[in-house]
Formats: sequence, C-alpha cells, structure tokens
Amino acid sequence: MQVAIQGPWSPLFGRLTLDSIPYTNPILVGTFAVVAVIGLAVVGAVLYYNKLGYLWREWITSVDHKKIGVMYIIIGLVMLLRGFADGLMIRTQQAMAIGPNSPGVLGAQHGFLPPFHFDQVYSAHGTIMILFAATPILTGLTNVVVPLQIGARDMAFPYMNALSLWLTTAGAILVMLSLFVGDFSAAGWVGLVPLTELPFSPGVGVDYWMWAIQISSIGTTLNAINMIVTIIKMRAPGMSWFRMPVFTWTTLSTNIIGLTAFPVLGVALALLGADRYFGSHFFTAGNGGNLMLYTNLFWIWGHPEVYFLVLPAFGIFSEIIPTFSEKPLFGYTTMVAATFAIAGISWAVWLHHFFTMAAGPDVNGFFSVATMLVGIPTGVKVFNWMFTLYRGRLTFTTPMLWCLAGLFLLLLGGLTGMMLAIPAVNYSVHDSVFVIAHFHCMVLLIGAAMFAAVAYWFPKVFGFKLDERNGLMFFWTFVLATGIVFIAMFALGFEGQTRRLAYIFDPSWKAMLWTEEAGMMLYLVSIGYFVRMLYVSLRDRVPVAGDPWGSARTLEWLTHTPVPFYNFAVTPQVNARDELAWRRDHGLDKVQPEAFEPIHMPSNTGIPFIIGMLAFTFGFGLIWRIWWLAGFSLLAIILAVIIRSFDKNLGYELQPEEIADMERNLSLAGIVAEQPARTPLTEAEAH
Amino acid sequence: MAIQAPPGAGTRLFHPHFEGHDQISARTLGFWLYMLSDALIFTGLFVAYAVLNNPMAAAAGPIAPQIVNQVEGLWQTYAVLGSVAAYSLGTVALKSGNKGGVMLGIVLSILLALVFLYFEAHDLLGLLAAGNGPSRSGYLSAFFVLVATHGLHMVFGILWMLVMLVQIPTLGFSANVVARLINLRMFWQFQATIWVLVYVYVYMIGAF
Repeated sequence: MQVAIQGPWSPLFGRLTLDSIPYTNPILVGTFAVVAVIGLAVVGAVLYYNKLGYLWREWITSVDHKKIGVMYIIIGLVMLLRGFADGLMIRTQQAMAIGPNSPGVLGAQHGFLPPFHFDQVYSAHGTIMILFAATPILTGLTNVVVPLQIGARDMAFPYMNALSLWLTTAGAILVMLSLFVGDFSAAGWVGLVPLTELPFSPGVGVDYWMWAIQISSIGTTLNAINMIVTIIKMRAPGMSWFRMPVFTWTTLSTNIIGLTAFPVLGVALALLGADRYFGSHFFTAGNGGNLMLYTNLFWIWGHPEVYFLVLPAFGIFSEIIPTFSEKPLFGYTTMVAATFAIAGISWAVWLHHFFTMAAGPDVNGFFSVATMLVGIPTGVKVFNWMFTLYRGRLTFTTPMLWCLAGLFLLLLGGLTGMMLAIPAVNYSVHDSVFVIAHFHCMVLLIGAAMFAAVAYWFPKVFGFKLDERNGLMFFWTFVLATGIVFIAMFALGFEGQTRRLAYIFDPSWKAMLWTEEAGMMLYLVSIGYFVRMLYVSLRDRVPVAGDPWGSARTLEWLTHTPVPFYNFAVTPQVNARDELAWRRDHGLDKVQPEAFEPIHMPSNTGIPFIIGMLAFTFGFGLIWRIWWLAGFSLLAIILAVIIRSFDKNLGYELQPEEIADMERNLSLAGIVAEQPARTPLTEAEAH
Repeated sequence: MAIQAPPGAGTRLFHPHFEGHDQISARTLGFWLYMLSDALIFTGLFVAYAVLNNPMAAAAGPIAPQIVNQVEGLWQTYAVLGSVAAYSLGTVALKSGNKGGVMLGIVLSILLALVFLYFEAHDLLGLLAAGNGPSRSGYLSAFFVLVATHGLHMVFGILWMLVMLVQIPTLGFSANVVARLINLRMFWQFQATIWVLVYVYVYMIGAF
C-alpha cells in the first residue's frame, strides 16, 4: 500500500540524502552557524562547570511541576524568538520586493527570498507562534501557578506531566530541524488541501509540519487531562469551587477546550497522513476526496485553539489587575460565567474562518450570530476589569502595564473581530492583511499577558524580581512597535493587500510596508531590552520573600518565596476566596505552621525524557520514510511504557527535620538547589 | 460554605495530616477524560465517514451495501460483547481478591477479541485482494480508517491485558495493578461501545 514518491529512496536512509542538507542556501548556512555557536557555547558551559549530572538529575528527569513549567516557558521563549525571526523575514521581503524594478539578491528575483522559501517562512511563522511558542509558554505558566494556587503538592500525575513536556519538546525539535535537514511545509500553517497532498507537495516539508504538530499535540492533550484532574481532585481543604482564583478557573475551562479540540486536529492530520502515506483519498482533488472536510475538521480545532490561548490570558489579567488595584476582582461570579460562556461558544464558531467558501446564507448566518455572541461575555470581562480598576489604589508596575496594554489590544482586536463576524464584510477582506492585523492584535494580547505573567510570578519561582527599569523599556518599545506594525497593516488590508505575498505589485503600498518594517526594527530593540532585563536581573538578584508585591491576593503567595520544591510545608486550610488578602486583613498572613510531618514526594525518572526522544526519532523516521527507524522507535516507546509499569518505586518521604531545615534556609529547597539522593519507600513502609 | 467569614476560635490556618486525595479516584477520573478525548477522535472519524458516504465520494467504486457483511459483523459483535462480559466476570473475581478468576476472565476476553480480529482481518484483507483498498476511493478510505482505528484499539487492549496477565501474579493486587485493571475494564467497554456504533452506523444502516 506504500505510495510512489519522487526522488531517491534507500532502505537504510529512506529519502534522506546529502542533497537534503541546504548547504547552498546562505541564509540557512548562516543560521546554522549561529545556532551551532550558541549550541556549542551552551554545551561547553555545561561541561566546563560540570553541570551535566545536575542538569540530568534536577531538570531532565524532574517531575516537579514548577521545573517542568519553567522548561516549558524556556522552550516557548526560544521558539518565540525563532517565530519572530520568521516574521522579520516576511516583513523584510515585503519591504524589499515592491514593484517590477525592485532588486533581488541571494537567488531571488525580487527581495531576498525566492517564493518557495518565502512560503516556508510564513508557514513556519504561524505554526511556531501558535503551537510552539504561545501554547508551551501558557502551559508552562499554568503548570507553575495552578498547583500553588489551589494548595496542592504537585499535579495529579507528575510523571505524565514530564511526558507532556518531552513530547512537546520532540515536536519543537522537529520544527527546528526542518531548517537544516530538508525543508518545512510551504502550504501555510493551516495546511491548505489539496496543496498539502503528495502530488502538490512531494517533499518532506508537509511531513515535518504534520508530525511536529501531531506529536506535540499528544503532549498538550495529556497535559489537559492532568490539569483538569488536578483542579478537580487536588484542591486544599476549604478551597471550594467558588473560592478558586480566576486563573485556576480559566485554566480549567481552557483545558476542557484543549481536551476536546486537539483530538480533532489529530484526526485531520492523521487522515492527511493516510493520504500521503497510504494513498487514500480523504482530501485529494478527485477519486472522491473532499476538500471542505479537511477545512472543517481543521477549524473545528483551530477556533477553540484560539480560546485555548486567550482564556489563560484573561485569567492572568484577572489575577494581576486586582493585585495592583488593591481591590478584590469586580464581578468574580460573572467572570467565571463569562469564561465558560466563551469556552462554550468556542465550539460553534469555526466556520467564520471560511465564510467565503461556499456555505449558504443560512449556515453563514448561524456562524455569524454565534461569533458576535462571543462579544457579550468578553464585554462582561472587560467591564469587570475596568470596574476593578475604578477607584482602586493603582500601582503601575510592569505586569500591570502589560495587562493594561493587553486590554487596549483586546479592544482593537475584538472590535475588528466583530467587523469580521459579518459574512458580507468577508467578501471584501477575506485573506487580506486586515484579517492578519486583527488576529495579531489578539495573539499579541496573549503575548502581553504572557510577559505580564512572567514578570508577576518570576519572583515566586526564583526568589528575585525582574529588573523594573529594563522591563519598562521592553514594555514601551514592544507596545509602540505593535502599534506601528499593525495599525499600518489594518490600513493595507483596506487597500486590498492580500496575505502571503512574496512580491508586492502595487508600489503605492510602499510607505505603509516601510512603516511596518520600521516597527519590526523597534521590536528588535525591544528584544534587546528583554535580554538585558534578564541579564541585569540575574546579575543583581535582589532577594525577596513572601509576597514581594505587597498586595497579592491568592494562595500561591502564602508559601515561601522562592517556593520550596514541596510547595507547602503543611497543607493550608482555605478560609476565603482571596485567602492571602483575607489573612492580611485579619493580621494572620505571617502565621507559619509550628510542626511538620513527613511529606510523600514522587521520585524523579528518566523515562519521560527517553519516550520524548523516541517520539522524536519516530517522527523523523516517518518524515524521511526510514521505516526501520520509525518501527524501532514505536516498539521502543511501547516497551518503555511497559517497563515503567513494572516500576516499584513508590517515591520517598521528606522527613520533618529536613523540612524544618529547609524552612529556615530556603536556598536548600529552591528551584536551583541540588537535592541529595533519597532512598525510595519500600512497599512495607507505604502501608 | 461561605465565600468569606471573619476568623473565629475554630478557624484553622493549616491542615496537618491532610490525606490529600485518593490515587485510584484521580486515576479513574483521568482515564475518563482520556476516553472523552478518544471518543472525539472517533467523532471525527464518524464525521469523515458520514461526509464521504455518498456516490460522489465512492468515485464509481463500491459503497456500503456492496462491501459490508452484516452476518460476519454480527459474529464480530457477539465476540466483542462476549469479550467484555468475560472481562467483567473477571473483575467480579477481583472483588474477592481471586487472582485465578481475574486471569481466567482476561484470557477468555483475549480469546474472544482474537476471534473478532480474525473476522475483521478476513474482511479487510478480502476487500484489499479485490482491489477495493483505501486507495480506491474517498468512501473506502473512510471505511478502512474507521474500522481499522477501532481494530487498533483492540490490539492495544490485548497488549494491555497481556501485561496484566504478567503483573497480577508478580505484583499482586497492589494499588497500581488494581487501578490498571479498573481502567482497562472501562477501556474495554469503551471500545465495545465504539464497535456497536460502527456496526449500527456502517454495517446495518449501510446495508440498505
């Protein structure tokens, strides 16, 4: 049943030949040189400081939700940088390739990217930003924060948590590898059919795109299960549903969306895979394939995915705005209801992504009204945040500023979204950069929330704040750049510029395109400030304790800062909705537990990492059609799961004396501290 | 439970000896959620089948009435329901801690599942031999993938049962093993439910 493929194939190397390495492309060779230098520097530093063992014992094999969260965020930030580089290339190409007389360099007729390469760049930009930057960073944040907010020791399934992380990592490595071995999909991040079918995309690009998403989305689904069970089952005593912080609520709703939406993406991609590998006819042009089946399946996932990303962002706003207004959140109950209303509607709006693609007026009408309905709960949220701010005692720290900028972006993106909810408007602006500017406002509001959250919760994990001065510069340059790039883009959308253009035929767009390019340069400056912020904060490391903001409200700030790896020495009893604020109001916030008891902790394990790496080789084998490698990897994954199921390790117990020591000297228990080897419990001790 | 009350004499700030949560109940809930996501995979496949179950998508090839065999499908249904019954009887033995009873139930369950898979393989290989494989038409693609995805679930279920056959005598009824046996029962009933849906939707409705 194997399909015929173009080009050479050998049993040992599959489709992989020396020509698959793009050593003739100066851009990729340059990128490779930079990546190689950075990679060697990192490896060299690890070896020079003799930290390899530390890295393995304390991070790679870790099942601690905070470390896993931090690793998610690091992966997300690296991919964010990569996605930004792609964005910069798109904008630079469009700024250069204007009109028939524009020069071309590096083998391109106009600009510096030939169309095929340009197509790969925008496909990679979308795929990376949504699935490998925003998703891991938000997953990481929920991983770090939610167990602390509900007073839990860890996630419900710490081992599966590590597995989710390493599956996501495997997908991210595949995307990065496509730069240097073979090529990436040139069919857009949505994978337009039948363009992604074998006859039209004969290379490995689509396979890279497909398997990277498939593997990482298994990780996301597992993480969704973990989060939901954690929130339902692991709450501290007294933490009733309506005492949960809003961020925990949004995490719950977002993971319900993730759990139900990602399997559909898996089906869409698997059916595409069946077409590409077995020659079936789900989405082919001819032989009974149905193109709209793919489009519908993809967006049945694609639209909920947008809310999968935006709801945690709303949760972040709902935590940070009350903290820096020194008031409880206005309209807590309506906030929760609005969150679930948005989640509910998210399954009934997918068709608005293709109003112009052959649906009748009745269908378009339904999805148009459903889309507009989203505006109601979102409006409730915006007003709730505004009333929280109203007559509050405001402090404009960087997290607060990011939240306020996020509100403006939400307004801009939301109102243009309401315009796009009208099917008739789509006949003018479908696939124009107006749409691009609209959804970039939305994803940049998510970005703003992410930066807010990182700045806000950074001291909780590491015990020192991020540098405020550079943070402010980062904020202002970033926000200004966003305005410059996307307001110009809205204008170009109205002038009729369609998306994904490698060549600009209308020279009158030049002024706006150059404005956008200037904005991109400002983004570069903002990244500089971001790096400097990290450097200065790390260099100065002013230690903080407890609640470093002085007005935080929720349970995660009740434990020590930096948070010890066992989270709470004694499980707290929750008495109020904003527990810390309640304790502070009644003068109880300094009360510490007097006596400790043994804490049962899970042991670290290397198996999730091994399974993640095998998932990577499995994907690589399938992409290059190296059947033995894929088969061996799959077999090894199954074996690893079975072997793990025979593991008798029951975890270990942290003794009260040790906890007392760590409570006195928190540096022993912080996230960077190295823990001594501990003996696991025996079956007899556990009972 | 009020949202907020002033602290009084009975107010506790910490809760020592908090037992946390019940591991088996957390794992069971987690497994239910996994089945929800798996059910959505089948939803997607059923949708694809519904969309491609028409003469256009059959591309002049056969459609359901020409390829499905209701009688064979009925035997398959008996086999899969019998397999579920055997496993369930095994879990009755679990209540009394009877290792042999549980293992007997699992062995019977595996045998009946193999009967099912024999019929299914016979069915699908016959279609392939007649040139009606998934690469023939959009309709046949949907038929093969829907039926084979269910079959694959059975294969993994059998693998899981084999592992349990080793773990029951070696590890005994430890918390882990019991949790796995309970989840496996849910998984086995889940795949049987899916098969009943496939039988009704593809085999029975398809016959007319």
